[in-house]
Amino acid sequence: MNIEIKDIQKRFGDFVALHQINLAIAQGELLALLGPSGSGKTTLLRIIAGLEQPTSGSILFGGDDLVGQSLRERKIGFVFQHYALFRHMTVFENVAFGLRVKRRAERPAEAEIGKRVRRLLDLVQLGPFGGRYPSQLSGGQRQRVALARALAIGPRVLMLDEPFGALDAKVRKELRRWLRGLHDEMGLTSVFVTHDQEEALELADRVVIMNQGRIEQIGSPDYVYEHPASAFAYEFLGNVNRFECAIRNGQAVFAGGTISVPENANTGDGPAIAYVRPHDIEVFTGPTAAALAATVSYISAAGPLAKVEVAAADGRLIEIELARPMLRALALKVGSLVHIRARKARVFRRDAEPSPGETHSIRGEGRYSEPATPPAPMWHI
Amino acid sequence: MATETKAPAASPAPATAAAIGEPAWARNLLIALGLGFIGLFLVLPLVAVFIEALSNGIGAYLAALHTPDTLAAIRLTLLVAAIAVPCNLVFGVIAAWAIAKFEFTGRSVLITFIDLPFSVSPVISGLVYVLLFGAHGWFGPWLVANNVQIIFAVPGIVLATIFVTFPFVARELIPLMQEQGTEEEEAALSLGANGWQTFWRVTLPNIKWGLLYGVLLSNARAMGEFGAVSVVSGHIRGLTNTMPLHVEILYNEYNFVGAFAVASLLALLALVTLVLKSLLEWRFGHELAVTRH
Repeated sequence: MNIEIKDIQKRFGDFVALHQINLAIAQGELLALLGPSGSGKTTLLRIIAGLEQPTSGSILFGGDDLVGQSLRERKIGFVFQHYALFRHMTVFENVAFGLRVKRRAERPAEAEIGKRVRRLLDLVQLGPFGGRYPSQLSGGQRQRVALARALAIGPRVLMLDEPFGALDAKVRKELRRWLRGLHDEMGLTSVFVTHDQEEALELADRVVIMNQGRIEQIGSPDYVYEHPASAFAYEFLGNVNRFECAIRNGQAVFAGGTISVPENANTGDGPAIAYVRPHDIEVFTGPTAAALAATVSYISAAGPLAKVEVAAADGRLIEIELARPMLRALALKVGSLVHIRARKARVFRRDAEPSPGETHSIRGEGRYSEPATPPAPMWHI
Repeated sequence: MATETKAPAASPAPATAAAIGEPAWARNLLIALGLGFIGLFLVLPLVAVFIEALSNGIGAYLAALHTPDTLAAIRLTLLVAAIAVPCNLVFGVIAAWAIAKFEFTGRSVLITFIDLPFSVSPVISGLVYVLLFGAHGWFGPWLVANNVQIIFAVPGIVLATIFVTFPFVARELIPLMQEQGTEEEEAALSLGANGWQTFWRVTLPNIKWGLLYGVLLSNARAMGEFGAVSVVSGHIRGLTNTMPLHVEILYNEYNFVGAFAVASLLALLALVTLVLKSLLEWRFGHELAVTRH
C-alpha cells in the first residue's frame, strides 16, 4: 500500500506542530521518522494512522483520501510506544481482540480465531505465553504481543511509535533484526518513529529527518549520513565536532588559516560552522603541517573504536574516534601531546539555516585538501 | 529510639527494616493506640446497637421489626437506593470519563462541583430542593398546577439522595481513569472496535473494581442518609419515612427496642457491604493485582 501525504498541517492552538508536510511512502518500504522530541514525528505518525486529525491536508492510501475516515476503515496496525496492551486480558485475548470486534458478517468462527491467534503467537515466538497477563511479561515480550495484536487485523500498513524505546540494549538489537525480517517476509509497508539515529540508520530503507515540524531531509541511510542536507541533520546524525569559521569568497576562514570550499562559492560571505565527524580526524604524534596541537585528556578503549578526547591550547575539547590498532601504534596516553588534522569537514552558513522550501539542497561541503591551522573548536557533542 | 543500638547513620544502606523500623515499644504503642481507638469509637457503638436491640430477647426484636411502618420504611429505603445508586453509577462514569479523558473548558469547574455534596451540609442540600420544588418554590406553582408532588414525597427523597451520594462513584473513578490514560482505548479503536465495544471491552473492565467500590460506598450512604432526606421527606409514617428517619421517630417515642432494631438492620447492611467488598477482593485478588500492574 503506497501512502501519499499532501500538505499536512497540524496546529494545537497557536502552536504549529507540523508545517505543510509532503511525503510519499512506497509499497513495501520500511520508513523511519527520525527527529528529536518535539520535532512532530509522533504527531505525523498519529495523523497517518488516524489517531489525530490534521488541521489541513490530505493522506492518500493507494489513491483513496483517508482524512475523515474512521480508524476501523483504515486498517492500520499501530504499535504504541508503551504497547497499550489490554491489561485485564490474557495475551491470547489481546491478540484475538481485533478479530472479535469485527462486524458479525466478517467475524471468523471461534475455532478460526483460535487458530489465527496461535499462529501469530508462534510468529512472535510467544506460543506458550497465551494464558499470561501483560503484567507477567518482560518488556520485549510485551512489545511482541503488541505486534502480534496489530498484525491480527491483517493491516495494510504497520506503524510503530518508538518501538524499541523502553527496551534494554541487547533486546533492542535482537528485536530490531527480527522486525526487519518480519517486515520483509510479510511484504508490509511499515513506518516507525524513533529519536535514535543509529536505530533509524540501521533498520530503515529510507530515513525522514524531522525538526520543528518540518522535514529536514529524506534519503537512504547511507546517503543522509554521508550527505546531510543541513547543519541540523549533520548534528543529529551521529557525533560531530563543531568549529566556527567564516566564508569569504568561496573560502572557509578559520582563526588560524583558510581553506578552499568551492561548493560554497555561491552561498555568499558570512559566518559559518564547519562540522567534522570524530572519525574524520587524523592524529599525529609529531609536528605536522597544518595540524593543531592538543593534549590527550581522556581515552576510552572499550569497543571496536577507541574514543579519544583532546584539549586544544585554549582548553576546548575535541572528540576523536580511532581504530584500536591505530591507537596502539600511536601509543597515546592521557597527557600525550598530539597534532590533529581534519580529513574531511563540511561547512554550513550560519545565518542561512534551512528554510522550509529547500530542505533537500545540500548547501556546501569543504574538504581540507590543504588545511592551514586547524580551526578552533567551539564545542563537541 | 535511644534503645536502638545499631548506628543507623554509619551504614548507608543496611536492611530497610532497620532503616525505617521504629523501636519495639513505639511500634507496639502505635498499634495499641490504633486498635484502641477503633475499638472505642467504632466497634463498641456497633456492638451496643445490637445489644440494645436484642435486650428484650429475639422475639421482641423481630416483633419490633414486624410492624407495618417499619416494613414500609425498609421498603422505601431499598427503593430509594435502588433508584439513586444506578443513577449515580451512570452519572459518575460519565463525569469521570469526561474529566479523565477529555480536555474541555469548564473541566476544573466540573471537578470542583463534583465535590460540592461532600462540602455542603446535607440539610442545605435538602433545603435547596424544597426551595426549587416546594409549593412556594421556583417550580412549585407549575408542579402544583400539573399535580406533580416532589417535596414530601418519594421523588424528593430520591433527588436528595442522588445529590448527597453523587461524588462517591466519580471520586473513585477519576484518579483511576486519569492514571490509565487513553492509550488502551486508542489501541482498541485502531484494532477496529467501535466506541461501544471499546467501552464495554476495554474501559469498563479496567475500572470495574473502582466502580464497584464507589457503588458500595454510594449504596451505604444512600441507605443511611439522614439530613437531606429529613428536610424533603415530611416524615409521613408508612409513606415517606426511610429507615434512618424511622429510627429517630421510634427513639423519640421511647421505643428503644424498636429504634435499635431498625438501627441494627442499617448497621447490618453496612457490615454486609464491607464483607461483600472483602469477599470480592479475596476472590478476585489475583486479577486485581494483574490489572493494577
